[in-house]
Amino acid sequence: MTQEHDTLEVSVWRGDADRGQFETHRVPAYDNQTVLDVVSWIQQQVDPTLTYRFACRVGMCGSCAMTVNGTPRWTCRTHVNKVLKDGRLDIAPLRNLPVIKDLVTDMDPFFDKWIRAGGAHAPSASRHDPIVEISPQSEGRATADAGIECINCSVCYAACDTVSANPDYLGPAALQRAWTVVNDEKHGDRQAVLDTVSAAGGCHNCHSMGSCTMHCPNDLDPLGAILGLKRATARGVFKRRR
Amino acid sequence: MRGHRNHPLWFAFMLHRLSGLGLALFLPAHFLVLSLALSDPALLDGFLHWADAPLVKLAEFGLVFLLAVHFFGGLRLLALEFMPWSGRQKSWAAGALAGAFLISGSFLLNAV
Repeated sequence: MTQEHDTLEVSVWRGDADRGQFETHRVPAYDNQTVLDVVSWIQQQVDPTLTYRFACRVGMCGSCAMTVNGTPRWTCRTHVNKVLKDGRLDIAPLRNLPVIKDLVTDMDPFFDKWIRAGGAHAPSASRHDPIVEISPQSEGRATADAGIECINCSVCYAACDTVSANPDYLGPAALQRAWTVVNDEKHGDRQAVLDTVSAAGGCHNCHSMGSCTMHCPNDLDPLGAILGLKRATARGVFKRRR
Repeated sequence: MRGHRNHPLWFAFMLHRLSGLGLALFLPAHFLVLSLALSDPALLDGFLHWADAPLVKLAEFGLVFLLAVHFFGGLRLLALEFMPWSGRQKSWAAGALAGAFLISGSFLLNAV
């Protein structure tokens, strides 16, 4: 068991889409404590009306992301000791998404963009066709595999300044999904996905700031995926001109 | 500085953006001065004399710096976006290029 020995100064954002402010609490400090533990302690011990979102607590469901001391993070796997600044924590909702209440954002724009980017699977065969064999070592499959561990936490989307500047921009997660689909040999219309992501709001809006890759809690590389889309669509233009 | 911006690629982006804006502000003035050669040579001579002042010379260093930063920042972006190399390969390539510049630049300074 860990020992309680001190307290943390924790400011938590309270409010809705229109207005709000930080409320500061003293929270007991433990040797082993995640940011989500801190938020839960406040909700359970101080103010049951504090609204936040979480489910699995082990970094799989992608629902507990928040802005911690200015940086978007998955709170269930972020150790307080790692992010504490002068004994303080500032906890706010994710950027670039509308706030519903307190620490909960409306994820609809984020997921809508997955669909807009062509993220849904389009079958290339029916159940009556024989199963096509794809080697796990093939280049396309390996590239697709690199992106499929995304847990949809929206940390990359919140970290992206291009999303802040252009609400139409599909964002790193949706584009990484599109890159996965483009490399999936079993997808029915990969060219359509490339056409979608090279239109307005697509991969060519990216300024290669790299905040997505920098902050992805699963160590994925959305910037690399977007660069792949840029190369593939640029190559497509030159091919068509010939 | 907000936490999510505190990393090298973001700084590289901002340096590229600011140097680009600086050059965009400089270029119209540059073309205006060049046009004086045709429209008002006497004024141009006066300007060139003023441009010899030490403070303006110092500002020229800033201009060349902006140009160099923007030029190499552009090469960096082209390499990042169009070369499907790994991060390590790109670091080695950039390091080799920087080393080559250092050695050939030192040689040039020695020769001059």
